[in-house]
Amino acid sequence: MDFFFNHPLGILILTVVKALALLVPLLIGVAYLTYAERKVLAAMQLRKGPNVVGPFGLFQPFADAIKMLMKETIVPTGANRLLFLFAPMLTFMLAMLAWAVIPVNDGWAIADINVGILYLFAISSLGVYGVIIAGWASNSKYAFLGALRSAAQMVSYEVSMGFVIVTVLLCVGSLNLTEIVRAQQNVWFVIPLFPMFVIFFISTLAETNRAPFDLPEGESELVAGFFVEYSSMSFALFFLGEYANMILMSALTTILFLGGWLPPIDIAPFNWVPGPVWFVLKICFCLFVFIWVRATFPRYRYDQLMRLGWKVFLPFSLAWLVLTAAVLKLTGWLPA
Amino acid sequence: MIAALAFYAFAAILIASAVMVVTARNPVHAVLFLILAFFNAAGLFLIAGAEFLAMILVIVYVGAVAVLFLFVVMMLDIDFAQLREGFQRYAPFGAVIGGILLIELFMAVTVWRFAPEAATLRLNPNPEGVTNAEALGRILYTDYIYLFQAAGLILLVAMIGAIVLTLRDRPGTRRQDIAAQVSRSGSVSVRRVPLGAGLKEIGIERPPSPEETAPKPIEHHHGGHH
Repeated sequence: MDFFFNHPLGILILTVVKALALLVPLLIGVAYLTYAERKVLAAMQLRKGPNVVGPFGLFQPFADAIKMLMKETIVPTGANRLLFLFAPMLTFMLAMLAWAVIPVNDGWAIADINVGILYLFAISSLGVYGVIIAGWASNSKYAFLGALRSAAQMVSYEVSMGFVIVTVLLCVGSLNLTEIVRAQQNVWFVIPLFPMFVIFFISTLAETNRAPFDLPEGESELVAGFFVEYSSMSFALFFLGEYANMILMSALTTILFLGGWLPPIDIAPFNWVPGPVWFVLKICFCLFVFIWVRATFPRYRYDQLMRLGWKVFLPFSLAWLVLTAAVLKLTGWLPA
Repeated sequence: MIAALAFYAFAAILIASAVMVVTARNPVHAVLFLILAFFNAAGLFLIAGAEFLAMILVIVYVGAVAVLFLFVVMMLDIDFAQLREGFQRYAPFGAVIGGILLIELFMAVTVWRFAPEAATLRLNPNPEGVTNAEALGRILYTDYIYLFQAAGLILLVAMIGAIVLTLRDRPGTRRQDIAAQVSRSGSVSVRRVPLGAGLKEIGIERPPSPEETAPKPIEHHHGGHH
């Protein structure tokens, strides 16, 4: 057995098995997130939501998936064929790729790398390419407008997200995701850094193109934004990618602010529950807030969106970063 | 062995995509090849053990700079015939610059030598027990802090210059003044009214319509509710 785990082939097989053990539940989670979103929105709007396919409509996601697979893939004339088909794949691939470094429990990450948080930030900053390439390759004005909006929006909100992450890193003293969670053993960062938590959460809404920042797909003016021209599986990949990104951003929020796999209080009934369960529960909480926000707030106007990003979040997060650094330095709490 | 294979794969794709950046006919394809080149450079950094630099390369160049490149290139309506027009005229000039760069490159390979301190550093880029980020931080923020700050100031000046040059306050544009909206009172209020009663019956008069108050010019406040 030892020989197997030390042989390169053994390590390869083990990594593939680990990746599958993470990705299969993730994809099922994505499928049921679409169901949960429709059910929660329905409950908030006094409707029933999907309730026909299977008990309580539980098989609805699979019915949708089969329908998507059966449809014809249409590539518009004048579209750049290669890039048109590459864009949804890129979006989906990036949404999956980021999960390699997420620690589900202490030591349960496929790759526990030193610069984990930078890796996540890098992958999430690439997400904009799927959108912008799709918009350009479609050769359609609505798609292109949606892509331009999305590019501007995602680049703007990344800046304040970066400052929030730096603030958390100041309190941790490491770029490793496992270390970030371990540093929250005594108190979750959501308590001392509450304003940064709020900024981070709102920025993740903008990063994932969710309401109230869903201008890239604003259906009342751009039909469906950057993916107007997509149909069938290429559309499904965008759809899955968007929801997988939501789960990813919730996981990131959980790791940075909500103590990852740690129980709320380290006493008897709470620390009996295994870490991954806490992790999933916290992700579910964040996802519920995502949906709740969608049901509550109207879409932002474009100039308001830019104003919020550059004139409110950026100066505030920068000021809070300086404040945090000063407090840590003066009290001597700065981690070595 | 695997590292060597990965190195040659990254290096080969890097050079091939760099060639494609220069030769691609479609400028959008050129930018996409540039992005591929950045990725492979990041891969080379990873093999060299510079994980921090690899990630920063992806975040800064691929995640931000190349997005803006792509953004601009996609919006340009490039006429290739027009671009070709000046080729004859500019070719000698371009050849001279290319020649100078080639000579410099040649000299860098043959004549230029590492300082002895740098040569020892190159053998051991990561000191024992220190992560990439910390090693870089020590050099940038401890050894060369003044130079680093000076570089930052130069960038700041460049940024302010760019803003000053492009920011024009054009007359006639409408802007939202949030402070004015929030501070105004009187015209907007919430009242509880009995169901089914008309506004007139319960004594609430609507604000006068603009036509009645004319000819006084109307001040525009965007986004206000009436």
